[in-house]
Amino acid sequence: MRAATSAAIEDGVLPTLTALLVALVAGDLLILSYGQAPGEVWRLMMSGTWGNAYGIGQVLYKATTLVFTGLSVAIGLRAGLFNIGAESQLAAGGFCAAALGLLLPTGMTPWLAIPMCLLAAMLGGALVGFIPGVLRARFGAHEVIATIMLNFVVLALLNWAISATGLAVPETLHTPPVASSSIPRLAAFFPVFHGSAANGTILLALMAVTVSAWLLFRSRFGYELRATGLQPLAAESAGIRVPRIWMMAMVLGGAVAGLGGSNFVLGYKNYFEDGFNGGAGFLGIAVALVGRNNPFGVLLAALFFATLSQGGLAIHALVPKQMVEVLEGIVILAVAVSVPEVRRLLRARPAPSATTLPVTV
Amino acid sequence: MKLTLLLMLQTLRIAIPYLFAASGGVLAERAGIVSLTLEGFMLAGAFCATLGSFYFGNPWAGVLMGLLGGCLFGALHAVATIRFKADQIVSAVAINLMVVGLTRFFLRLAFDSSSNSPRVAGFGRDGNAGALATFENPLIWLGVIVMPALAWVITRTRFGLRVRAVGEKPEAAATLGVSVSRIRYRAVIASGALAALGGCYLALDQHQFTDQMTAGRGFIALAAVIVGRWMPIRAGIACLLFAFAEAMQIQVQGAGVLPSQFVSMIPYVLTLVALAGLVGRAVPPAALGRVEG
Repeated sequence: MRAATSAAIEDGVLPTLTALLVALVAGDLLILSYGQAPGEVWRLMMSGTWGNAYGIGQVLYKATTLVFTGLSVAIGLRAGLFNIGAESQLAAGGFCAAALGLLLPTGMTPWLAIPMCLLAAMLGGALVGFIPGVLRARFGAHEVIATIMLNFVVLALLNWAISATGLAVPETLHTPPVASSSIPRLAAFFPVFHGSAANGTILLALMAVTVSAWLLFRSRFGYELRATGLQPLAAESAGIRVPRIWMMAMVLGGAVAGLGGSNFVLGYKNYFEDGFNGGAGFLGIAVALVGRNNPFGVLLAALFFATLSQGGLAIHALVPKQMVEVLEGIVILAVAVSVPEVRRLLRARPAPSATTLPVTV
Repeated sequence: MKLTLLLMLQTLRIAIPYLFAASGGVLAERAGIVSLTLEGFMLAGAFCATLGSFYFGNPWAGVLMGLLGGCLFGALHAVATIRFKADQIVSAVAINLMVVGLTRFFLRLAFDSSSNSPRVAGFGRDGNAGALATFENPLIWLGVIVMPALAWVITRTRFGLRVRAVGEKPEAAATLGVSVSRIRYRAVIASGALAALGGCYLALDQHQFTDQMTAGRGFIALAAVIVGRWMPIRAGIACLLFAFAEAMQIQVQGAGVLPSQFVSMIPYVLTLVALAGLVGRAVPPAALGRVEG
């Protein structure tokens, strides 16, 4: 039992450690190529993120969106589906939240307006997830290609909706502010966070983590979803309606990513802006991968990647902030490479002698 | 009449990068390796071509460097997915992200700019020359023949037969003594070089590199591969079709016929339709994306 647990821990931790090490070395090389001292740059990255309240607030804000997109990808992967569409699901969610918010009367109580906008965000994301879900469940179309293509279609549609329909404030690509449903900033309760974008959506993200964990590992639906992901044919024989699970996983993943749109739209700027998604959906793939498709792992990974992207801004005076994009790519590739490798090594290791295990016949 | 000729030239000009990248996509996917990397390969090719042309003052040196860059990232994708059996989609996402970051980082390092390189030696007259200047770019001719050439390689040569074998039934190919990984290495590295040529064409046609200048063209090429059902000639026709739609859009710009966003959606919507099997089923190579234990 103990051997099995330690193997599971090694399987979970070793690839991440390897990836961090590789990224550190690659980062050193990039920093040196720019003629700077690595130690100084890494120190600056830490002090600019976790070193002061504003930095922490910014990291928390960025991590919030990544938690939602990471969960979205993780839910899909648990069902055996690769959702590359979190980017457009996030954008669609943000758009729907803002659109409904603009329709609601300005005097409406936030206790009603905010939940309605959150629901709209989930519906918007779910709709974008539904299309590849149906294509997969009914027509057997590969969800990777479908979600990639749909990303372009949805983002172009949103761009058209904001630029050509008179929805935007003139000369900008954003809507007017949504007065009725703004989620308060963290600074309203803790003045130290003054100026940072961190807001109440953090609580929503923590709830999403807990609910996803319960749903995946404690509910019947989650069991069926994971069974489908592990072995669709076996799940089918066990009476699980696999196409239905695929569809549900995509819709659910879309809804979670869509909900993430509220972080920017309701919590930060209070309006929808074309392109606010800014790659957070794609980074969700990295978050799910490093978080090993576990909701709590996703939470940690989101904090890590948020630290990196905020850290990029902190070091920009010394080294171009684009360095962190390279590091993100390296971390993803290194984890992808070392997960099967570590698993192979663990398998190759002589198994703990079977006789020590309690045998019950 | 003049308008039609202009339209055809413009279509060709837009189609060339698609044709290069889609040929790379067909080759790698027929060998069983997912080609979501085309965008990254193209961008790497465009950047290396600019570097080469900048330092050697000769566009052909740029082409050579671009090819090298494409091979390098093709090899990275190949090693990750074939040697280490990493998930092909994850590897592709990582490589695309990495290339964007690297080109931006080295754009700052080499040219101290966050948006574009200085003007470099390229093909054709510098600046906005007339439509006939299209043919001053020798890569055009290569782009025109790349798909027929690939069709010949895939259907008529030993290498092509093996590529198809390892993409459809790797176990059977291995039984016959074909090294599955060696064929796949060659196909993926060649696909990097081909897609990079598309990037070289873009950079040397515009005489400079601009940040993210491929702008999703790698994914349009992938769409052409799928709509063309993994067959070179059909994929080439799909490239021309997508380019024609864009050329039309440029021609009628301002006429208010259709918003540009809707024209830009055409390749993607067609791909979704093809995937759904509404106009003939798009069946990928059997072993595409599968990880051999």
